[in-house]
Amino acid sequence: MTLTLDTVERAPGGATAPARRRRGRWNAQAVVITTVLWLYAAVCVLPLLTMILNSFRTHLQIATDPWPIPTDPTLENYVSAWADASFSRYALNSILITVSSVAISTAVSLPAAYALARWRFRGRDALEGLFMSGLLIPFMLAILPMFYLMDWLRLIDSPLSLILIYSANGIPFSVFVLVSFFRQLPGELEEAAFLDGGNHFTVFLRVMVPLVRPAVATVVVFRFVPIWNDFLMPLVMLRSRDNYTLGVGLTTFFGEYQNDWASLFAGLVITTLPLLVLFILATRQIIQGLTAGIGK
Amino acid sequence: MAQTTKNASSVQRAPAIVVALFILPAFALFAAVLLYPMASALGYSLFEWRGGTNLVRFNWFDNFVVLFTEHPFVEQMPRAFLHNIAIFAGTLVLQNSAGLFLAVQLHRLGPVRRLFQVLYTTPYLVSPLVVGYLWTLLLSPTFGPVNAALDALGLDSLAVSWLGEPATALPVLILVSVWQWIGFPVLLYGAALGAIPPELNDAASVDGAGGWRRFRHVTLPLLTPVIGTVSILTFIGAMEMFTLPYAFGGATGSPAGATDVLSVLFFRVSFQSGASNALGVSSALATLLFLFILGGALLGRRVIRAQEEKLS
Repeated sequence: MTLTLDTVERAPGGATAPARRRRGRWNAQAVVITTVLWLYAAVCVLPLLTMILNSFRTHLQIATDPWPIPTDPTLENYVSAWADASFSRYALNSILITVSSVAISTAVSLPAAYALARWRFRGRDALEGLFMSGLLIPFMLAILPMFYLMDWLRLIDSPLSLILIYSANGIPFSVFVLVSFFRQLPGELEEAAFLDGGNHFTVFLRVMVPLVRPAVATVVVFRFVPIWNDFLMPLVMLRSRDNYTLGVGLTTFFGEYQNDWASLFAGLVITTLPLLVLFILATRQIIQGLTAGIGK
Repeated sequence: MAQTTKNASSVQRAPAIVVALFILPAFALFAAVLLYPMASALGYSLFEWRGGTNLVRFNWFDNFVVLFTEHPFVEQMPRAFLHNIAIFAGTLVLQNSAGLFLAVQLHRLGPVRRLFQVLYTTPYLVSPLVVGYLWTLLLSPTFGPVNAALDALGLDSLAVSWLGEPATALPVLILVSVWQWIGFPVLLYGAALGAIPPELNDAASVDGAGGWRRFRHVTLPLLTPVIGTVSILTFIGAMEMFTLPYAFGGATGSPAGATDVLSVLFFRVSFQSGASNALGVSSALATLLFLFILGGALLGRRVIRAQEEKLS
C-alpha cells in the first residue's frame, strides 16, 4: 500500500508516466503486480530472516513451534557455536585468509596495472592479454595441479596455500578493473608531479594510487565475496580442524550438531554476518558493480 | 583509439628495470600459482599415474576411454551430466520468464525499484553452502517451517521429505539454485531496460503498438544481448556447480545420487576414490568438462549473434 502511494508521489520522476496516463484501466493490474513483487521479495528475505530469528530460539522452541518468532530470545546458540564448536577459530582463519588474499592481490595488481596502463614497453599488449586469459580459466581444471603444487611446496593444510591461490586468482580481475581506471586519468597529473621532483615510485604511490581509490574499493569488495564464500578450495587443501575456514567448519558442525537445530542456525548466521555487513555498507558499489557495462 | 592519440603525448616511458619492478610481483604470482598449473592440467589427463603423482606412462586417451566404459563412471557420468543440464535448463527457463517479468515490472516502478533490487539480490551474495544448509533446515520434515506452512494451508499431502526423496531432491536443488541466482539476471535486465531510450517506446505507441507488441518488437530485441550474456554465465555456473549440491547431498549426491553433478563426481574421483590412477581419470573428467563448457559458451555466442542480426 505504501508502495502505491510512493509510486504516485514520485511519478513526476518519469518512469511511471505511462501508468498514470491510463490510471483507471491500470489500477487493478498495478495492485496485482505490486502484490506479486512484494510476495517475491518475501520469498527472498523470509528464509534469511528465519535463519536469523531461529538463531535466537532454543532447540525446544524450534522443535515445538515451526514459526520463527523469538518469544524469549537467547544467545546460548551463539555461545555454543562460537566457543564450544570453535567458530571463533574458523572465523579468525576465514578473516586472515580473505583479508591477506585481497590485500596481496590488490597490492601486486596496482603497480602492474599502472605500468600496463600508462607506460609503453615491448610486449605490453601480449602481457595484458596473458593476464586477461586468467579471467577465462575454469577453476575445476586447476584444482588438481594446484593441489599437487601445494603438496610439493609442503603447504597442504596451511592457510598459506589458500592465500597464494586466492591472491593469484584475483590478479586477472584486479588488473582488468584497475587498468581501465588508470587509463582514464589525465597525463598532466603525472607530468606535474614529475616537475615537482617526483620519481616513478613516488608519483605512483602519492599521486596515482589515491586517484584510483574508487576502483580499489570495487576490487576489494568483489574479491572479498567469492573468497569468503569459497568452499571447494579449503575442503581440498585443509586437513586439521585448527586451520578450517568457516565453510569447512560449517560442514563439520552440521555433522556433529545435527540434533541441535538452534545452534545450526547460529552457525549459519556467523558464517554470513560479515557479508551482510559488507552488503549494507557497500550496497551501492555492489549493485553498480554487478551491472557495470550495461546501460546507465 | 581517439583516446590513445589524445593521451599519446602524456603516455610515459620508464626504464626497463622500473617496468620490471612494477610488473614482476603480479606476474610471478600469476604465472607460478595459476598459469603453470593450468598448463600442466591438460597434460595430466594423457598419462597414467600411480598413487598421486608418480608417473607411469603416457597412455594417450585411455583415461577418457575409462570414463566411458568402466564402472562406476559409465553409470555416474551421464547421470551427473544430465543433472547439470537439468539445472541449466530449469534456471534458463525461470530467469527468462519469471526473472524477465520481475525486471520489466520493477522497471515501471520508478525509484522504489532500488529497494526491490536489493531484496532480490540478497540471496545471491550469501554463500551457496549457507543457502544449501539453510534450505535443508527449512525443508526438514520434522521441524521445517515450509512443511508446517503446507500443513496450515491444508496441503498435508505435499508436506514430503523434500530432500530425502530422489524424485523431489533434484527439483528442489534447481529451485533453490534459482532462488539464489535470479536476483542477478533481474538486476542486469533492469540495467539494460534502463538503457533503452524512452522515445523508442513512445514512437511505437504513436504507431499504435499495444503493450505486448511494444515489448515483443521493441524491448525484447534490445534485451537480446544481455539475455545472451546472462545465459552463457548461467551455463558456466550450472556446469561448474559444486557447493550447493554438496550441501544438499554431500560427496555422494544423496539421496541415491539424485543431487550428483559433474563437479561432485570429480571431487569424489580426485580426493575420495583412493584409486591408484585417480589423477589421470579425474583430469580427463575435468578436461572433458572444460571442453564442454568452452564449446557450449562459444556456440552460445554464435547463436546470440545470429539472433541479434535477425532481430535488428
